[in-house]
Amino acid sequence: MADIFPQLQEQLLQARENGRKLNIVGGGSKAFMGRAADPEAETLNVGEHTGVVEYHPVELVLTVRAGTPLVDIEATLAEHGQSLHFEPPRLGAGATIGGTLACNLSGPSRPWAGSVRDQVLGIRLLNGKGEHLRFGGQVMKNVAGYDVSRLQAGALGTLGLITEISLKVMPKPAATMTLVQEMGADEVLHYMNSRAAEPKPITGACWVDGKVYLRLGGARSAVEATADKWSGQVLEQGDDFWQQLRDMQHPFFSDPDTPLWRFSVGSTAAQPQLDGDWLIDWAGAQRWYRGEAELPAMETLAVAAGGQVSLFRGGDRSGEVMQRQPEALKAIQQRIKNAFDPDHIFNPGRLYSWL
Amino acid sequence: MTTRPTVSKSELAEQFRGFIDPDCVITDDETLKPYECDGMSMYCEMPMLVVLPDTVEQVQRVMRICNQHGVPVVARGAGTGLSAGAMPHRDGVVLSLARFSRIINIDPLARTARLQPGVRNLAISEEAAKYGLYYGPDPSSQIACTIGGNVAENSGGVHCLKYGLTVHNILSVEMVTAEGDLVTVGSDGLDVCGMDLMALLTGSEGLLGVVTEVKVKLLPIPEVARVVMAGFDSVQKAGDAVGGIIDHGIIPGGLEMMDSHAIIAADDFAGAGYPREAKALLLCEVDGTEEEVDEHIALAEEVFRKLGATSVRTSHTEEERALLWKGRKCAFPAVGRISPDYYCMDGTIPRRHLAHVLTEMERLSEQFGLRVANVFHAGDGNLHPLILFDANVPGEFERTEAFGASILRLCVEVGGCITGEHGVGVEKIRQMVAQFTDQELQQFHDVKAAFDPAGILNPGKNVPALKFCQEYRSLDPCKHTHEHTDAAHG
Repeated sequence: MADIFPQLQEQLLQARENGRKLNIVGGGSKAFMGRAADPEAETLNVGEHTGVVEYHPVELVLTVRAGTPLVDIEATLAEHGQSLHFEPPRLGAGATIGGTLACNLSGPSRPWAGSVRDQVLGIRLLNGKGEHLRFGGQVMKNVAGYDVSRLQAGALGTLGLITEISLKVMPKPAATMTLVQEMGADEVLHYMNSRAAEPKPITGACWVDGKVYLRLGGARSAVEATADKWSGQVLEQGDDFWQQLRDMQHPFFSDPDTPLWRFSVGSTAAQPQLDGDWLIDWAGAQRWYRGEAELPAMETLAVAAGGQVSLFRGGDRSGEVMQRQPEALKAIQQRIKNAFDPDHIFNPGRLYSWL
Repeated sequence: MTTRPTVSKSELAEQFRGFIDPDCVITDDETLKPYECDGMSMYCEMPMLVVLPDTVEQVQRVMRICNQHGVPVVARGAGTGLSAGAMPHRDGVVLSLARFSRIINIDPLARTARLQPGVRNLAISEEAAKYGLYYGPDPSSQIACTIGGNVAENSGGVHCLKYGLTVHNILSVEMVTAEGDLVTVGSDGLDVCGMDLMALLTGSEGLLGVVTEVKVKLLPIPEVARVVMAGFDSVQKAGDAVGGIIDHGIIPGGLEMMDSHAIIAADDFAGAGYPREAKALLLCEVDGTEEEVDEHIALAEEVFRKLGATSVRTSHTEEERALLWKGRKCAFPAVGRISPDYYCMDGTIPRRHLAHVLTEMERLSEQFGLRVANVFHAGDGNLHPLILFDANVPGEFERTEAFGASILRLCVEVGGCITGEHGVGVEKIRQMVAQFTDQELQQFHDVKAAFDPAGILNPGKNVPALKFCQEYRSLDPCKHTHEHTDAAHG
């Protein structure tokens, strides 16, 4: 529980004066993401900037400093029967809420509960000029000014240092249940999407190792009634499966040496013709592939599936790791970067080589 | 901002008529007149001309020409906006998207709809209903407002707490930039690489680009929805009851509150059988599976009784549900009947401050000598105070605006914001200084310039020019909580 904003701002101002760059680090659990960090840059450690600033359970709003670990936030929320509905992956014990937003990471519930980006209500941001700015707020609806808070989701810290975040939180479901059955990759996409189109309390849909897992969550009566109607075996300790999936502790993710690709595509798009190991999550909208490949070839597959691809972990991180941008959008993003961080101090080259 | 255009009206019209049906390039005052305002009719301006293209390529050419000559462009959907966001620029072009009114396709399995920007909000759900699906955000203008305008305003409605705003319900947007480039932002997936430009575009009030296509998510229609109505003898108790519902883990599909003025006006209008003696009325709708709704309705009734409801009534049929909602849905016209004019505000507050804000509003009502009725999206803290006035009484609209500004300052002071869903437009541009510092406003201007270097898209809206801010601040002295905290940070 510490407010170290003055030190953070001071370090930024010093770096700016001396023409140095800064690498933002929170818990360090997502150091593998993005392009390789600039070795010349100093570390700006936001991991000590922690603590709950405000929490009003009946408002469903939590405001925390950006370096606060997810596990601490969840412990606080659990005391009031609430949780982060987007199930952020805890990629390490120290994983922070700031890093989660910067990387736009959300767990298995994402298609139904929304993403971290969806639940963000407001932020405070230290921009590259040393200005500490407030965007959004602590209310569900706020359309004053541009939505700079959600702009940070996936920007990998290239627009400034997020220092504080306000989030919508939700009650934990009263009951959950997991149904599992064997199914081939060819039929599973249709199956998962058909289930998702029914007005039932579904909160997870994943396919791995030839089995499809569906999670139900909500009022106990509704969960039980739905489970009775749907096919599949009830999985004992089903929550363990989803927790492993969420935190990327499932055996599928265990080999750190093989490149891991993430496809974010249309949920019903035909499975890309690429032999190897796949895990399908988010009822088809997020698909993981393990294997050596080149980015341009993967982009072709992703575009055919209506979406995009990134090299999530491993492989060559000196080149681009994110789907390349069309020229017009590249130009806009470069200008946005200049608008927030004119001296290109924060996380240089981390998102794209040209940012 | 923009300087005066380097092209005359007749030259511009001639250029447009070279590639757009000449009947769709409007230059005469009589035909221009309907475009002088949007739903916020107190703010009017005649445009130089109006153009109604019907292909994306035509939109691109219009933008290229306007960008080249520095001509302001105001994109317009159905013109139902309530903040004068689509008010024309007198030296500019109104770019109407009215002819882009086609539902391109609905994919029932993927639960998506591809839409031209001029498709009406309600038409999406009507078409999707064939597949058991609907589109979540339902602004009260949904019968007329269009999806392009919904994106521009990040429109909400009565179901936001559970189902989110426009920003949560769209997958991708195809847009023409100020420079005339056609870009797609977002994808069929749930996120994209790079910066989340779609978040910026949603709610940008036509300042960053012109939307030419939208892909939205559709939701399965809930099996059942039922509504509990509860009357209370104080606003405080009703506010506590809202907290009680949330505290029991229920996220209602809709949770609306009305104060005594609104209750009586709405009941007179709709005959909904509201408890007319109540000081506050709650409508709590729960939707989901049969089992879930039964469980939560029983719980909601119990919570309301325990927290002092003087009357509780639950819908058992669709007809009863529709009747209970009818009063709320007619609240604006109902209030319109008891006053020559009304002015609808749109502040948002943390719910725990509701009683304080309403008490303070009563005080302001006396101070300004104007009545106010309150309709409140209680679930998400979005207040719609309706200030009653008579535009024919000289000075009364000015007094109404001043009263409105005071209400918005009050919302900011308790930690809320000046607009929950109607947008800033022209109407609330002065109140932006109550919510943002000059540095923050400058950052917004810099974001705008990243999309629109020449500043031709909807200039003068949404974000006040810094040169006026000092004047606004001196006219509207208010507490500035940011600066206090910043000072604490040294």
